[in-house]
Amino acid sequence: MFALLRSMWEVFLHAFRKRATIPYPERVAFLPPRWRGRIILSRDPGGQERCVACYLCAVACPVDCISLQAAEDEDGRRYPEFFRINFSRCIFCGFCEEACPTCAIQLTPDFEMSEYHRPNLVYEKGDLLISGPGKYPDYDFWKVSGVAIRGKGKGEGVEERPPADPRGLMP
Amino acid sequence: MSYALAHALIAIGVLIAILSVAAGLIWVERRVLALYQDRLGPNRVGPFGLLQVLADVVKIMTKEDWIPPFADRTVFVVAPAIVMVTTLLAFAVVPFAPGLEVVRLDVGLLFFLATSSLGVYSVVLAGWSSDSKYSLLGGLRASAQMLSYEVFMGLSLMGVVMQAGSFDLVEIVEAQRRLWFCVPQFLGLVVFLIAGIAETRRLPFDLPEADSELIAGYHSEYSGMKFGMFFVGEYVGITLISAMLVTLFFGGWLGPLLPGVAWFAIKVLAFVGVFILLRAALPRPRYDQLMSFGWKVMLPLALANLVATAAVVLWIRG
Repeated sequence: MFALLRSMWEVFLHAFRKRATIPYPERVAFLPPRWRGRIILSRDPGGQERCVACYLCAVACPVDCISLQAAEDEDGRRYPEFFRINFSRCIFCGFCEEACPTCAIQLTPDFEMSEYHRPNLVYEKGDLLISGPGKYPDYDFWKVSGVAIRGKGKGEGVEERPPADPRGLMP
Repeated sequence: MSYALAHALIAIGVLIAILSVAAGLIWVERRVLALYQDRLGPNRVGPFGLLQVLADVVKIMTKEDWIPPFADRTVFVVAPAIVMVTTLLAFAVVPFAPGLEVVRLDVGLLFFLATSSLGVYSVVLAGWSSDSKYSLLGGLRASAQMLSYEVFMGLSLMGVVMQAGSFDLVEIVEAQRRLWFCVPQFLGLVVFLIAGIAETRRLPFDLPEADSELIAGYHSEYSGMKFGMFFVGEYVGITLISAMLVTLFFGGWLGPLLPGVAWFAIKVLAFVGVFILLRAALPRPRYDQLMSFGWKVMLPLALANLVATAAVVLWIRG
């Protein structure tokens, strides 16, 4: 009997505790920078697309919501001809971000993307591309990779040695 | 003529007041429960979420009113009405203030006991006519619970009747001018409060509903406004038991300064608060615990209270 009264008193005291609820549209909960929300495509510091259309994100995606088509421009840089994410299927697992070798595809702390019509949830490349480098401000894939493009031959990348001569006799 | 008109006005006023209080309680309960659970509760519709009830009514009215094909149609439809009718009927004898009651009966207390007990038919019939095992179990539990708790509910009030010397609720209130019956009849108060919670099927004794084991018990097959009737009926029941607690043990409309109706309303709302707190704080007992508690603890307590009160009353009269 005493225990019942005591638990009633303790529950009553909860009326004066801090509320756990966050009244959402007025106040927004803190989302950490690594929060997995809306997916974006970033650009390298030079302002060009980072995506090299390697299809790794589409392969990693467990729900097959990413669709893209590779193409190559006159500089020898690969880029996606189209890049499409169906957010009505996306589960925001972040596997695409982990798979991406060029840090192009990134997840952002934004979840306010409701739509009245389901087709509006299919984001095209124009909707996904942002103008900045996202979480990795200094990373530039084409500068550090060994691939030759116009204006940068083999072995001219950052911290890259000239290619070895396979016919040379020196060790 | 004017007397009859005034009477009709009082009856309609009481009806409207009770129904709006019961509807308002839905909002109050949700907000207060949220308070005890560190939440905010419904606060979006209208100021402080006050129009939530209205939104709920619109929603429940526009819902599909589905009657299961295997149900006993007539009984299924009538059952939710019974709980509303009987609990509202019991309000007829509650004295809200001097002269402000629908009807003054010499056996007002017995009338209250009779009508409030009839409410169990609603639950039993609903459980039976739904023709589903959960509903049937809920109805069975409700009838067993009502049988065992109704016994000492009546007995616990006999102490009050003996002290006041009347079954008339107005005279019972008047008899408390010097001292509220909650002091000399403390045992009776405790027993009646527990029986009252069981009578309204509120949370520590909500075994007929028992969401976690019987889905929703007797009203698991109900939808739309029929379910709404059970829902509102429950809140009318809470108000009724609170009103009877106030009338029988806490001096009814008696109180300084404020008018009688205001005192009555304040006391009733306080008890409604206790009901909500009980729901937030206490777990549901097992069914056998409920039964043995009723027959082995509460009934002897009520009988002891009855005998002791009788002895004291006889001794005082000499």
